[in-house]
Amino acid sequence: MNFEHTEERRMLADSLDRFIAAEYGFETRNRIAASAQGYSSTMWRRFAELGAIGALLREDDGGFGGGGHDIAVVFESLGRGLVLEPFLASAVLAGEAIALAGSNAQKEILRSIVEGGTIVTLAHDEPDSHYELARVRTTARTDGGSWVLEGAKSVVAHGDHAQLFIVSARTAGAVDDEHGISLFIVPADAAGVTVQGTPTMDGGRVAYVTFDGVRLDAQAVLGEAGHGYDTLERAVGRGVLALCAEALGAMEEARAATLEYLRTRRQFDVPIGSFQALQHRMVDLLLEIEQARSSVINAAAALEGDRVPRERALSAAKMTIGRVGTLVAEECIQLHGGIGMTWELPLSHYAKRLVMIDHQLGDGDHHLQRYIALG
Amino acid sequence: MDLNFNPAEQDFRDEVRSFLAERLPARLAHKVAQGRHLAKADMEQWHAILHARGWLAGHWPVAFGGTGWTAVQNFIFENECALANAPRIVPFGVNMLGPVLIRYGTDAQRRYWLPRILDGSDWWCQGYSEPGAGSDLAAVRTTAVRGVDGDGEHYIVNGQKTWTTLGQYANMIFCLVRTDREAKKQQGISFLLVDMTSPGVEVRPIITLDGGYEVNEVFFTDVRVPAANLVGEENRGWDCAKYLLTYERTNIAGVGLSVAALERLKRVAAQRTRNGRPLAEDSLFAARLARVEIDLENMKTTNLRVIAAVAGGGAPGPESSMLKIRGTQIRQEILALTRRAMGIHARPFVAAALDGDEEMACVGPDFAHAAAAQYFNNRKLSIFGGSNEIQKNIVAKAILGL
Repeated sequence: MNFEHTEERRMLADSLDRFIAAEYGFETRNRIAASAQGYSSTMWRRFAELGAIGALLREDDGGFGGGGHDIAVVFESLGRGLVLEPFLASAVLAGEAIALAGSNAQKEILRSIVEGGTIVTLAHDEPDSHYELARVRTTARTDGGSWVLEGAKSVVAHGDHAQLFIVSARTAGAVDDEHGISLFIVPADAAGVTVQGTPTMDGGRVAYVTFDGVRLDAQAVLGEAGHGYDTLERAVGRGVLALCAEALGAMEEARAATLEYLRTRRQFDVPIGSFQALQHRMVDLLLEIEQARSSVINAAAALEGDRVPRERALSAAKMTIGRVGTLVAEECIQLHGGIGMTWELPLSHYAKRLVMIDHQLGDGDHHLQRYIALG
Repeated sequence: MDLNFNPAEQDFRDEVRSFLAERLPARLAHKVAQGRHLAKADMEQWHAILHARGWLAGHWPVAFGGTGWTAVQNFIFENECALANAPRIVPFGVNMLGPVLIRYGTDAQRRYWLPRILDGSDWWCQGYSEPGAGSDLAAVRTTAVRGVDGDGEHYIVNGQKTWTTLGQYANMIFCLVRTDREAKKQQGISFLLVDMTSPGVEVRPIITLDGGYEVNEVFFTDVRVPAANLVGEENRGWDCAKYLLTYERTNIAGVGLSVAALERLKRVAAQRTRNGRPLAEDSLFAARLARVEIDLENMKTTNLRVIAAVAGGGAPGPESSMLKIRGTQIRQEILALTRRAMGIHARPFVAAALDGDEEMACVGPDFAHAAAAQYFNNRKLSIFGGSNEIQKNIVAKAILGL
């Protein structure tokens, strides 16, 4: 048994943590969060230079990592700093989809992703889907030698500043069939693409994207037409792990800030941490966060394994994170009292991120049901 | 035992309902239902409508311009208002200061201030909390030093208040101030009415985590307050403070607000789908929804039991702490479920969609623009008015005798 990370991973985590602490302070982070772009191109290139993007992809795909624990280590650091750059959208979700299913020509995009150049994002969720991976109403039909794309995608991460979309579309089957889903690489500036950007509760930006008779050539298909579901599931699985690790980093920060507050804040002439009612709640949080950490380790270890144990471990982790992340957010605000309600306090932003992570790639209920179904 | 309202109470409920149907402006009800922020003018408009009907001051005796309602009537009125999506009355003058002046004020103070509360001449805010004090109200440090000059007797006030809700609209603030620094904690505090337009008063906004603005810090630097603005006896302000708190905690269960929020949640759950079926039929979601509905029904009866126990008027004692704890838990759970029902659509946040009358073109399900913001904003329910931890201490001490 050995639960230590390798030397390389520790070094990467250390340098990422140092960079975030020195260059990505709370003020900077909030300025980036509220900016028109919702992330910083400069920071994104700096992260690329640090190797943080490359660590998320395998060597064959132009990276130098790509294992479950690589993803976990990087995202735990990103979570500690509430980092907004498109790691999840571009490097994990879109990157993995291209790495798994892309042709050699399409895989050229990966190099640009790793260098912090092209931003690619996955446009999959739809207005009436509720985290269901196979529910795709957007359609693509053949017309001569090309494809014609019609439909709408909701809450697309970085959607108003991405250069490329990976779009899921139905080319066969009923609206919730796993078979018949195809993935397309669509330039954001293609005729018929409309993007409406909006800020999010937890900082940064997303967009609603519509495709109105968008014509794509045959090379736009990612992998084999009609067989996109497996690719989608694998990519989203890595995204789930990334989000869980990010939540873990955010929980650790929220817990540390709250502990510090309980030690220093005085009321009724004593530190409030001396009240047993509050001590026991902090102990509960500690136990829950350790459980969450174990769920992330389980998911990271299962990432390259067979489908059922892999997906069960991922759903187990996301279910745990959904429950514990929200608990940590709510308890940390409550234990801070009024000051925990303020924009000024970094903690409230950690709390918002933790709760919103439950709204990405399936919430606790979704993954609980999925875990049961995979039984 | 009869769980139904008696015929007179039912008549009263019908009267309230028809009043709301006739006089509550649809525009205001729509804003409340949509979770939009109310402007100052919106709150003033509803205040004026209630005043015109004579229904503004539910807790005041008729002699002072109040309704003279029983606790049950107050419950019915507040419940019906919430169900109709009426704005909440700004409580600081009507529900908090009014009862204190009626009990502790001089005749002159009552004659001057009470009509001004009713007709909206003054907008009151509350100067209780201070930085570092929080729920430990007796830790007040703002000082008021009595003196005499050519213009008469007065206090000079120095210090800082915080979490002053809607203080940006107020022209008057009622404050707890320390008038004797030598005395023990709860002695040496006085209850003072301060004109916020006085030189030396400064209001600074506090932005909350949801991006909203409803609370403030208020600073006092050598603010001159006429001695006539002291309510009750000097150094006996704690009596006023405690009495006011019992009124602050009236209707703290917020049954009507929870019922209204639950109805909205049910509408959302019927519209949103999971796996192609309404969320309301999804086993996990339906179970959570049913559980909170049962909790709410139970609390409604608990609330009525408490009200029945204080029949004849007045405000409940430590029982209100139980209502506050459970009431806030239930409302927070309903708001959490509403957020969860939005799925991915809970994340987008357009602040402008919550302000003003304009219907912004928001993509996504109905109410999605407000679901997460309301959830985050209402984390405050278990913190303000004495945090739920403080309420548990009260219950432990006053009811259990621990």
